[in-house]
Amino acid sequence: MAENKFVQLHPHDNVIVCCQSAQKGEQINIANQVITLDSSVTIGHKIACQDIAAGEQILKYGASIGSATEAIKTGQHVHLHNMKSDYIASHTRHSVTGE
Amino acid sequence: MRGYLRNDGSKGIRNSLVVVYLVECAHHVARSIVNKMDHPDVQLIGFPGCYPNNYALAMMKNICTHPNVGGVLLVSLGCEGFNREYLSDAIAESGRPVNTLVIQQNGGTKNTIAKGITQSQIMLEQLAQCPIEYMHLDELVIGTICGGSDGTSGISANPAVGKCFDRLISADATCIFEETGELVGCEQIMAHRAESPELAKQLINCVVKAENYYAKMGYGSFAPGNAEGGLTTQEEKSMGAYAKSGASQINGIIKPGEKPNKKGLFLMDVVPDGEPMFGFPNISDNQEIVEMIASGAHITLFTTGRGSVVGSAISPVIKICANPETYANLSDDMDINAGAVIEGSKTVKQVGDEIFELIVRVGNGEQTKSEQMGHQEFLLTYKTFDSIGPACLK
Repeated sequence: MAENKFVQLHPHDNVIVCCQSAQKGEQINIANQVITLDSSVTIGHKIACQDIAAGEQILKYGASIGSATEAIKTGQHVHLHNMKSDYIASHTRHSVTGE
Repeated sequence: MRGYLRNDGSKGIRNSLVVVYLVECAHHVARSIVNKMDHPDVQLIGFPGCYPNNYALAMMKNICTHPNVGGVLLVSLGCEGFNREYLSDAIAESGRPVNTLVIQQNGGTKNTIAKGITQSQIMLEQLAQCPIEYMHLDELVIGTICGGSDGTSGISANPAVGKCFDRLISADATCIFEETGELVGCEQIMAHRAESPELAKQLINCVVKAENYYAKMGYGSFAPGNAEGGLTTQEEKSMGAYAKSGASQINGIIKPGEKPNKKGLFLMDVVPDGEPMFGFPNISDNQEIVEMIASGAHITLFTTGRGSVVGSAISPVIKICANPETYANLSDDMDINAGAVIEGSKTVKQVGDEIFELIVRVGNGEQTKSEQMGHQEFLLTYKTFDSIGPACLK
Protein backbone atom coordinates (compact mmCIF):
# COMPACT_ATOMS: atom_id res chain seq x y z
CA MET A 1 0.00 0.00 0.00
CA ALA A 2 2.88 2.38 0.78
CA GLU A 3 3.49 3.10 -2.90
CA ASN A 4 -0.10 4.42 -3.12
CA LYS A 5 0.12 6.82 -0.21
CA PHE A 6 0.74 9.81 -2.49
CA VAL A 7 -0.21 10.73 -6.02
CA GLN A 8 1.34 13.12 -8.51
CA LEU A 9 -1.62 14.42 -10.51
CA HIS A 10 0.36 15.80 -13.46
CA PRO A 11 3.99 15.20 -14.56
CA HIS A 12 4.78 18.94 -14.33
CA ASP A 13 3.56 19.24 -10.73
CA ASN A 14 6.00 20.26 -7.99
CA VAL A 15 3.68 18.91 -5.27
CA ILE A 16 2.22 15.47 -4.60
CA VAL A 17 -1.05 14.77 -2.78
CA CYS A 18 -1.48 12.51 0.25
CA CYS A 19 -4.01 9.66 -0.21
CA GLN A 20 -3.32 7.94 3.10
CA SER A 21 -1.95 9.50 6.31
CA ALA A 22 1.85 9.34 6.50
CA GLN A 23 4.41 10.00 9.25
CA LYS A 24 7.41 12.29 9.43
CA GLY A 25 10.52 10.45 8.24
CA GLU A 26 8.62 8.04 6.01
CA GLN A 27 10.19 7.47 2.61
CA ILE A 28 8.03 7.64 -0.49
CA ASN A 29 8.92 6.27 -3.87
CA ILE A 30 7.28 8.58 -6.40
CA ALA A 31 8.04 10.44 -9.64
CA ASN A 32 11.30 8.48 -10.12
CA GLN A 33 12.76 9.53 -6.79
CA VAL A 34 12.65 8.77 -3.09
CA ILE A 35 11.23 11.58 -0.94
CA THR A 36 11.65 11.69 2.84
CA LEU A 37 8.71 13.34 4.61
CA ASP A 38 9.71 16.38 6.66
CA SER A 39 6.43 16.30 8.61
CA SER A 40 3.43 14.04 9.16
CA VAL A 41 0.54 14.71 6.80
CA THR A 42 -3.08 13.64 6.52
CA ILE A 43 -5.17 12.80 3.49
CA GLY A 44 -5.65 15.60 0.96
CA HIS A 45 -2.55 17.58 1.97
CA LYS A 46 0.41 18.45 -0.28
CA ILE A 47 4.15 17.66 -0.09
CA ALA A 48 6.82 19.30 -2.27
CA CYS A 49 8.34 16.77 -4.68
CA GLN A 50 11.09 19.19 -5.71
CA ASP A 51 12.81 22.22 -4.21
CA ILE A 52 10.67 25.34 -4.78
CA ALA A 53 12.06 28.89 -4.60
CA ALA A 54 10.25 31.74 -2.84
CA GLY A 55 7.84 33.35 -5.31
CA GLU A 56 7.77 30.29 -7.57
CA GLN A 57 4.37 28.95 -8.70
CA ILE A 58 3.00 25.84 -6.99
CA LEU A 59 1.81 23.44 -9.70
CA LYS A 60 -0.98 20.88 -9.12
CA TYR A 61 -3.18 19.31 -11.84
CA GLY A 62 -0.52 20.85 -14.14
CA ALA A 63 -1.86 24.32 -13.26
CA SER A 64 -0.76 27.06 -10.89
CA ILE A 65 -2.58 26.99 -7.56
CA GLY A 66 -0.67 29.94 -6.03
CA SER A 67 2.93 30.84 -5.19
CA ALA A 68 5.50 30.03 -2.53
CA THR A 69 5.97 32.69 0.17
CA GLU A 70 9.32 31.17 1.18
CA ALA A 71 11.79 28.58 -0.11
CA ILE A 72 10.29 25.08 0.21
CA LYS A 73 12.47 21.96 0.26
CA THR A 74 11.57 18.58 -1.21
CA GLY A 75 9.57 16.58 1.37
CA GLN A 76 8.14 19.62 3.16
CA HIS A 77 4.43 20.15 3.76
CA VAL A 78 3.05 22.82 1.37
CA HIS A 79 0.17 24.76 2.89
CA LEU A 80 -0.98 28.11 4.32
CA HIS A 81 2.36 28.65 6.13
CA ASN A 82 4.51 28.69 2.99
CA MET A 83 2.28 29.47 -0.01
CA LYS A 84 -0.51 31.91 -0.90
CA SER A 85 -3.22 32.50 -3.46
CA ASP A 86 -2.44 34.74 -6.44
CA TYR A 87 -6.12 35.71 -6.47
CA ILE A 88 -7.74 36.12 -3.05
CA ALA A 89 -6.54 35.36 0.49
CA SER A 90 -7.69 32.17 2.22
CA HIS A 91 -9.09 32.21 5.75
CA THR A 92 -9.27 29.87 8.73
CA ARG A 93 -11.67 30.09 11.69
CA HIS A 94 -9.14 32.31 13.42
CA SER A 95 -7.80 34.60 10.73
CA VAL A 96 -7.24 35.49 7.12
CA THR A 97 -3.93 34.00 6.05
CA GLY A 98 -1.56 33.90 3.15
CA GLU A 99 -1.30 37.65 2.48
CA MET B 1 -37.86 6.47 -15.20
CA ARG B 2 -41.17 7.23 -13.50
CA GLY B 3 -42.37 10.69 -14.54
CA TYR B 4 -45.25 12.57 -12.92
CA LEU B 5 -46.86 14.37 -15.87
CA ARG B 6 -47.91 17.95 -15.06
CA ASN B 7 -50.60 19.93 -16.86
CA ASP B 8 -47.90 22.20 -18.32
CA GLY B 9 -46.33 19.15 -20.03
CA SER B 10 -43.27 18.87 -17.75
CA LYS B 11 -42.37 15.63 -15.98
CA GLY B 12 -41.18 15.33 -12.41
CA ILE B 13 -39.56 12.45 -10.52
CA ARG B 14 -41.25 13.41 -7.23
CA ASN B 15 -44.83 14.46 -6.44
CA SER B 16 -44.58 17.04 -3.67
CA LEU B 17 -46.99 19.43 -2.04
CA VAL B 18 -45.06 22.51 -0.90
CA VAL B 19 -46.23 24.71 1.95
CA VAL B 20 -44.67 28.14 1.43
CA TYR B 21 -44.26 30.88 4.01
CA LEU B 22 -43.95 34.26 2.28
CA VAL B 23 -42.31 36.06 5.20
CA GLU B 24 -40.64 34.86 8.42
CA CYS B 25 -43.77 36.00 10.32
CA ALA B 26 -45.70 33.16 8.61
CA HIS B 27 -42.97 30.55 9.15
CA HIS B 28 -44.33 29.00 12.33
CA VAL B 29 -47.83 28.56 10.90
CA ALA B 30 -46.48 26.97 7.71
CA ARG B 31 -44.11 24.71 9.67
CA SER B 32 -46.93 23.64 12.00
CA ILE B 33 -49.06 22.61 9.02
CA VAL B 34 -46.19 20.55 7.59
CA ASN B 35 -45.33 18.98 10.96
CA LYS B 36 -48.93 18.00 11.64
CA MET B 37 -49.34 16.54 8.13
CA ASP B 38 -46.24 14.40 8.84
CA HIS B 39 -46.08 13.15 5.23
CA PRO B 40 -42.81 12.88 3.24
CA ASP B 41 -44.39 14.56 0.19
CA VAL B 42 -45.53 17.62 2.18
CA GLN B 43 -42.53 19.93 2.37
CA LEU B 44 -41.79 23.33 3.88
CA ILE B 45 -40.15 26.11 1.86
CA GLY B 46 -40.23 29.89 2.19
CA PHE B 47 -38.71 33.33 2.02
CA PRO B 48 -37.98 35.24 5.25
CA GLY B 49 -37.86 38.87 4.10
CA CYS B 50 -40.63 41.47 4.25
CA TYR B 51 -39.18 43.65 1.47
CA PRO B 52 -39.99 42.66 -2.11
CA ASN B 53 -37.22 41.32 -4.37
CA ASN B 54 -37.56 40.45 -8.06
CA TYR B 55 -35.00 37.66 -7.81
CA ALA B 56 -36.83 36.00 -4.91
CA LEU B 57 -40.18 36.31 -6.68
CA ALA B 58 -38.83 34.82 -9.93
CA MET B 59 -37.09 32.03 -8.00
CA MET B 60 -40.20 31.21 -5.99
CA LYS B 61 -42.35 31.12 -9.13
CA ASN B 62 -39.95 28.66 -10.77
CA ILE B 63 -39.69 26.54 -7.63
CA CYS B 64 -43.47 26.35 -7.12
CA THR B 65 -43.93 25.32 -10.77
CA HIS B 66 -40.98 22.87 -10.74
CA PRO B 67 -41.82 19.50 -12.35
CA ASN B 68 -41.32 17.74 -8.97
CA VAL B 69 -44.02 19.94 -7.38
CA GLY B 70 -47.67 18.91 -7.74
CA GLY B 71 -49.44 21.47 -5.58
CA VAL B 72 -48.80 24.58 -3.48
CA LEU B 73 -50.19 26.08 -0.28
CA LEU B 74 -49.07 29.71 0.21
CA VAL B 75 -49.03 31.02 3.78
CA SER B 76 -48.93 34.81 4.12
CA LEU B 77 -49.07 36.96 7.23
CA GLY B 78 -50.89 39.56 5.14
CA CYS B 79 -48.89 42.78 5.29
CA GLU B 80 -45.53 41.61 3.82
CA GLY B 81 -44.16 42.80 0.48
CA PHE B 82 -44.12 39.45 -1.32
CA ASN B 83 -46.45 39.58 -4.35
CA ARG B 84 -48.61 36.60 -3.39
CA GLU B 85 -51.25 37.39 -6.03
CA TYR B 86 -48.69 37.23 -8.86
CA LEU B 87 -47.21 34.01 -7.45
CA SER B 88 -50.60 32.35 -7.00
CA ASP B 89 -51.69 33.31 -10.54
CA ALA B 90 -48.48 31.91 -12.04
CA ILE B 91 -48.91 28.60 -10.19
CA ALA B 92 -52.57 28.34 -11.23
CA GLU B 93 -51.60 29.09 -14.84
CA SER B 94 -49.22 26.11 -14.74
CA GLY B 95 -52.24 23.90 -13.98
CA ARG B 96 -51.23 23.11 -10.41
CA PRO B 97 -53.68 23.32 -7.48
CA VAL B 98 -52.83 26.35 -5.32
CA ASN B 99 -54.39 27.87 -2.21
CA THR B 100 -53.42 30.99 -0.29
CA LEU B 101 -53.99 31.36 3.44
CA VAL B 102 -53.57 34.87 4.84
CA ILE B 103 -53.13 34.59 8.60
CA GLN B 104 -54.56 38.07 9.29
CA GLN B 105 -57.73 37.16 7.37
CA ASN B 106 -58.16 33.68 8.86
CA GLY B 107 -58.35 34.32 12.57
CA GLY B 108 -54.69 33.94 13.48
CA THR B 109 -52.31 31.07 14.18
CA LYS B 110 -54.59 28.29 15.41
CA ASN B 111 -57.34 28.74 12.83
CA THR B 112 -54.91 29.12 9.92
CA ILE B 113 -53.05 25.93 10.88
CA ALA B 114 -56.36 24.04 11.04
CA LYS B 115 -57.44 25.35 7.63
CA GLY B 116 -54.01 24.59 6.20
CA ILE B 117 -54.23 20.97 7.31
CA THR B 118 -57.68 20.56 5.74
CA GLN B 119 -56.53 22.13 2.48
CA SER B 120 -53.30 20.08 2.43
CA GLN B 121 -55.28 16.84 2.82
CA ILE B 122 -57.50 17.78 -0.12
CA MET B 123 -54.49 18.70 -2.28
CA LEU B 124 -52.67 15.44 -1.39
CA GLU B 125 -55.70 13.56 -2.75
CA GLN B 126 -55.50 15.63 -5.95
CA LEU B 127 -51.76 14.87 -6.22
CA ALA B 128 -52.45 11.16 -5.97
CA GLN B 129 -54.41 11.45 -9.25
CA CYS B 130 -51.37 12.78 -11.16
CA PRO B 131 -50.82 10.68 -14.31
CA ILE B 132 -47.53 8.77 -14.53
CA GLU B 133 -45.63 8.52 -17.81
CA TYR B 134 -42.32 7.00 -18.81
CA MET B 135 -39.54 9.56 -18.55
CA HIS B 136 -36.45 9.42 -20.79
CA LEU B 137 -32.92 10.46 -19.91
CA ASP B 138 -33.12 13.36 -22.37
CA GLU B 139 -35.90 14.89 -20.25
CA LEU B 140 -33.67 15.08 -17.16
CA VAL B 141 -32.02 18.21 -15.83
CA ILE B 142 -29.14 17.43 -13.42
CA GLY B 143 -27.25 20.02 -11.38
CA THR B 144 -24.02 19.68 -9.43
CA ILE B 145 -22.49 21.54 -6.52
CA CYS B 146 -19.72 20.82 -4.03
CA GLY B 147 -19.63 21.52 -0.33
CA GLY B 148 -17.06 20.90 2.38
CA SER B 149 -14.40 20.26 -0.25
CA ASP B 150 -10.98 18.99 0.73
CA GLY B 151 -7.78 17.86 -0.97
CA THR B 152 -9.46 14.65 -2.15
CA SER B 153 -12.51 16.29 -3.82
CA GLY B 154 -10.69 17.29 -6.98
CA ILE B 155 -9.15 13.83 -7.41
CA SER B 156 -12.08 11.50 -6.80
CA ALA B 157 -15.68 12.76 -6.41
CA ASN B 158 -15.50 15.82 -8.67
CA PRO B 159 -13.94 14.13 -11.72
CA ALA B 160 -16.35 11.20 -11.19
CA VAL B 161 -19.28 13.63 -11.46
CA GLY B 162 -17.54 14.99 -14.57
CA LYS B 163 -17.52 11.50 -16.10
CA CYS B 164 -21.20 11.09 -15.18
CA PHE B 165 -21.98 14.49 -16.75
CA ASP B 166 -20.22 13.45 -19.98
CA ARG B 167 -22.35 10.31 -20.09
CA LEU B 168 -25.58 12.23 -19.35
CA ILE B 169 -24.81 14.79 -22.04
CA SER B 170 -24.12 12.11 -24.61
CA ALA B 171 -27.59 10.75 -23.70
CA ASP B 172 -29.03 14.25 -24.41
CA ALA B 173 -29.76 15.18 -20.80
CA THR B 174 -29.19 18.75 -19.60
CA CYS B 175 -26.45 19.39 -17.02
CA ILE B 176 -25.70 22.49 -14.96
CA PHE B 177 -22.54 23.29 -12.97
CA GLU B 178 -22.03 26.46 -10.99
CA GLU B 179 -20.33 28.68 -8.45
CA THR B 180 -18.25 31.02 -10.59
CA GLY B 181 -16.39 32.02 -7.40
CA GLU B 182 -15.06 28.46 -7.36
CA LEU B 183 -13.81 28.74 -10.93
CA VAL B 184 -11.45 31.61 -10.13
CA GLY B 185 -8.09 30.57 -11.57
CA CYS B 186 -9.39 28.16 -14.23
CA GLU B 187 -11.36 30.59 -16.38
CA GLN B 188 -8.87 30.37 -19.27
CA ILE B 189 -8.87 26.56 -19.26
CA MET B 190 -12.68 26.54 -19.14
CA ALA B 191 -13.06 29.08 -21.97
CA HIS B 192 -11.42 26.62 -24.40
CA ARG B 193 -14.49 24.39 -24.04
CA ALA B 194 -17.02 27.06 -25.07
CA GLU B 195 -19.14 26.28 -28.12
CA SER B 196 -18.39 29.76 -29.58
CA PRO B 197 -15.73 32.48 -29.17
CA GLU B 198 -18.45 34.82 -27.87
CA LEU B 199 -19.40 32.35 -25.13
CA ALA B 200 -15.69 31.91 -24.27
CA LYS B 201 -15.50 35.65 -23.58
CA GLN B 202 -18.65 35.55 -21.46
CA LEU B 203 -17.32 32.61 -19.43
CA ILE B 204 -14.16 34.56 -18.60
CA ASN B 205 -16.17 37.71 -17.82
CA CYS B 206 -18.43 36.00 -15.34
CA VAL B 207 -15.47 34.51 -13.45
CA VAL B 208 -13.81 37.95 -13.37
CA LYS B 209 -17.09 39.35 -12.01
CA ALA B 210 -17.04 36.68 -9.29
CA GLU B 211 -13.43 37.45 -8.38
CA ASN B 212 -14.19 41.17 -8.01
CA TYR B 213 -17.35 40.50 -6.04
CA TYR B 214 -15.68 38.14 -3.57
CA ALA B 215 -12.72 40.52 -3.21
CA LYS B 216 -15.19 43.22 -2.10
CA MET B 217 -16.81 40.80 0.34
CA GLY B 218 -13.36 40.23 1.87
CA TYR B 219 -13.53 36.44 1.62
CA GLY B 220 -13.24 33.99 -1.24
CA SER B 221 -15.53 31.00 -1.59
CA PHE B 222 -13.29 29.13 0.78
CA ALA B 223 -14.16 27.76 4.23
CA PRO B 224 -11.87 26.89 7.15
CA GLY B 225 -12.64 23.20 6.63
CA ASN B 226 -11.24 23.41 3.10
CA ALA B 227 -7.84 24.34 4.58
CA GLU B 228 -8.02 21.68 7.29
CA GLY B 229 -8.62 19.18 4.49
CA GLY B 230 -5.46 20.18 2.65
CA LEU B 231 -6.69 22.86 0.26
CA THR B 232 -4.59 26.01 0.50
CA THR B 233 -5.90 28.53 -2.04
CA GLN B 234 -9.00 29.56 -3.94
CA GLU B 235 -7.47 28.56 -7.27
CA GLU B 236 -6.54 25.13 -5.92
CA LYS B 237 -10.13 24.60 -4.76
CA SER B 238 -11.32 25.90 -8.14
CA MET B 239 -9.26 23.41 -10.15
CA GLY B 240 -10.91 20.62 -8.17
CA ALA B 241 -14.42 22.11 -8.39
CA TYR B 242 -14.06 22.66 -12.14
CA ALA B 243 -13.58 18.90 -12.64
CA LYS B 244 -17.30 18.40 -11.92
CA SER B 245 -18.10 19.90 -15.32
CA GLY B 246 -16.49 16.96 -17.16
CA ALA B 247 -14.99 17.32 -20.61
CA SER B 248 -18.03 18.10 -22.81
CA GLN B 249 -18.47 21.29 -24.76
CA ILE B 250 -19.99 24.15 -22.72
CA ASN B 251 -23.16 25.32 -24.45
CA GLY B 252 -24.23 28.37 -22.48
CA ILE B 253 -24.47 30.45 -19.29
CA ILE B 254 -27.66 30.77 -17.25
CA LYS B 255 -28.51 32.85 -14.21
CA PRO B 256 -30.29 31.33 -11.19
CA GLY B 257 -33.89 30.54 -12.11
CA GLU B 258 -33.25 30.72 -15.85
CA LYS B 259 -33.88 27.47 -17.70
CA PRO B 260 -31.39 26.20 -20.28
CA ASN B 261 -32.83 27.00 -23.73
CA LYS B 262 -31.45 23.79 -25.26
CA LYS B 263 -29.85 20.52 -24.18
CA GLY B 264 -26.20 20.31 -23.20
CA LEU B 265 -23.88 21.68 -20.51
CA PHE B 266 -24.51 25.04 -18.84
CA LEU B 267 -22.64 27.17 -16.33
CA MET B 268 -24.82 28.92 -13.77
CA ASP B 269 -23.58 32.44 -13.04
CA VAL B 270 -24.54 32.70 -9.36
CA VAL B 271 -22.83 36.02 -8.59
CA PRO B 272 -25.17 39.04 -8.51
CA ASP B 273 -24.79 41.79 -11.12
CA GLY B 274 -23.74 45.32 -10.29
CA GLU B 275 -22.27 46.60 -7.04
CA PRO B 276 -22.56 44.21 -4.07
CA MET B 277 -25.91 44.94 -2.45
CA PHE B 278 -27.20 42.11 -0.25
CA GLY B 279 -23.99 40.38 0.78
CA PHE B 280 -22.37 37.10 -0.19
CA PRO B 281 -23.56 35.53 -3.47
CA ASN B 282 -24.73 32.34 -1.75
CA ILE B 283 -24.50 32.23 2.01
CA SER B 284 -24.25 28.42 2.19
CA ASP B 285 -24.57 25.26 0.10
CA ASN B 286 -28.37 24.94 0.27
CA GLN B 287 -28.87 28.28 -1.43
CA GLU B 288 -26.88 26.89 -4.39
CA ILE B 289 -29.06 23.76 -4.42
CA VAL B 290 -32.21 25.92 -4.41
CA GLU B 291 -30.90 27.88 -7.41
CA MET B 292 -30.25 24.59 -9.26
CA ILE B 293 -33.84 23.54 -8.53
CA ALA B 294 -35.20 26.92 -9.68
CA SER B 295 -33.43 26.32 -13.00
CA GLY B 296 -35.19 22.97 -13.31
CA ALA B 297 -32.82 20.43 -11.75
CA HIS B 298 -34.62 17.14 -11.01
CA ILE B 299 -31.63 15.91 -8.98
CA THR B 300 -28.55 17.64 -7.55
CA LEU B 301 -25.20 15.80 -7.38
CA PHE B 302 -23.41 17.05 -4.26
CA THR B 303 -19.74 16.19 -3.82
CA THR B 304 -18.12 16.51 -0.42
CA GLY B 305 -14.75 15.77 1.14
CA ARG B 306 -15.15 16.96 4.74
CA GLY B 307 -18.66 15.50 4.84
CA SER B 308 -21.88 17.45 4.30
CA VAL B 309 -25.11 15.82 5.49
CA VAL B 310 -27.67 18.09 3.79
CA GLY B 311 -30.46 17.25 1.38
CA SER B 312 -33.12 19.53 -0.03
CA ALA B 313 -36.82 20.11 -0.39
CA ILE B 314 -38.31 19.35 -3.85
CA SER B 315 -35.40 17.66 -5.66
CA PRO B 316 -33.36 14.74 -4.29
CA VAL B 317 -29.68 15.31 -3.49
CA ILE B 318 -27.18 12.53 -4.25
CA LYS B 319 -24.15 12.87 -2.00
CA ILE B 320 -20.83 11.68 -3.36
CA CYS B 321 -18.09 11.41 -0.77
CA ALA B 322 -14.56 12.10 -2.01
CA ASN B 323 -12.60 11.15 1.10
CA PRO B 324 -12.44 7.49 2.25
CA GLU B 325 -11.93 8.48 5.91
CA THR B 326 -15.00 10.74 5.79
CA TYR B 327 -16.99 7.99 4.11
CA ALA B 328 -16.09 5.55 6.88
CA ASN B 329 -17.19 8.13 9.44
CA LEU B 330 -20.41 9.35 7.76
CA SER B 331 -21.47 6.46 5.54
CA ASP B 332 -25.13 6.73 6.68
CA ASP B 333 -25.28 10.11 4.96
CA MET B 334 -23.40 9.26 1.76
CA ASP B 335 -24.91 7.75 -1.39
CA ILE B 336 -21.66 7.07 -3.24
CA ASN B 337 -18.14 6.31 -1.97
CA ALA B 338 -15.76 8.05 -4.37
CA GLY B 339 -13.09 7.57 -1.70
CA ALA B 340 -12.53 4.19 -3.37
CA VAL B 341 -10.60 6.14 -6.03
CA ILE B 342 -8.23 7.52 -3.36
CA GLU B 343 -7.75 4.02 -1.95
CA GLY B 344 -7.04 2.73 -5.44
CA SER B 345 -9.86 0.15 -5.49
CA LYS B 346 -11.99 1.89 -8.16
CA THR B 347 -11.38 4.17 -11.12
CA VAL B 348 -12.94 7.60 -11.60
CA LYS B 349 -14.87 6.17 -14.56
CA GLN B 350 -16.30 3.33 -12.43
CA VAL B 351 -17.53 5.79 -9.81
CA GLY B 352 -18.97 8.01 -12.58
CA ASP B 353 -20.94 5.00 -13.83
CA GLU B 354 -22.16 4.27 -10.29
CA ILE B 355 -23.49 7.84 -10.03
CA PHE B 356 -25.19 7.52 -13.42
CA GLU B 357 -26.91 4.28 -12.40
CA LEU B 358 -28.04 5.78 -9.09
CA ILE B 359 -29.56 8.78 -10.94
CA VAL B 360 -31.73 6.36 -12.93
CA ARG B 361 -32.79 4.50 -9.77
CA VAL B 362 -33.60 7.77 -7.96
CA GLY B 363 -35.56 8.78 -11.08
CA ASN B 364 -37.52 5.57 -10.55
CA GLY B 365 -38.38 6.53 -7.00
CA GLU B 366 -35.49 5.15 -4.94
CA GLN B 367 -34.86 7.47 -2.00
CA THR B 368 -31.44 9.06 -1.53
CA LYS B 369 -29.77 8.93 1.89
CA SER B 370 -30.78 12.51 2.69
CA GLU B 371 -34.40 11.78 1.70
CA GLN B 372 -34.41 8.71 3.94
CA MET B 373 -33.21 10.87 6.84
CA GLY B 374 -35.80 13.57 6.25
CA HIS B 375 -33.40 16.28 5.11
CA GLN B 376 -35.51 18.94 3.35
CA GLU B 377 -33.37 22.07 3.69
CA PHE B 378 -34.39 25.17 1.77
CA LEU B 379 -32.76 28.60 1.66
CA LEU B 380 -33.73 31.65 -0.39
CA THR B 381 -32.47 35.17 0.32
CA TYR B 382 -32.11 38.53 -1.43
CA LYS B 383 -30.09 38.98 -4.64
CA THR B 384 -29.99 41.27 -7.66
CA PHE B 385 -29.55 40.21 -11.28
CA ASP B 386 -29.79 42.35 -14.41
CA SER B 387 -31.92 39.88 -16.31
CA ILE B 388 -34.12 38.61 -13.49
CA GLY B 389 -36.43 41.59 -13.39
CA PRO B 390 -40.13 42.07 -14.09
CA ALA B 391 -39.55 41.50 -17.83
CA CYS B 392 -38.54 37.88 -17.38
CA LEU B 393 -41.28 37.21 -14.86
CA LYS B 394 -43.87 37.23 -17.62
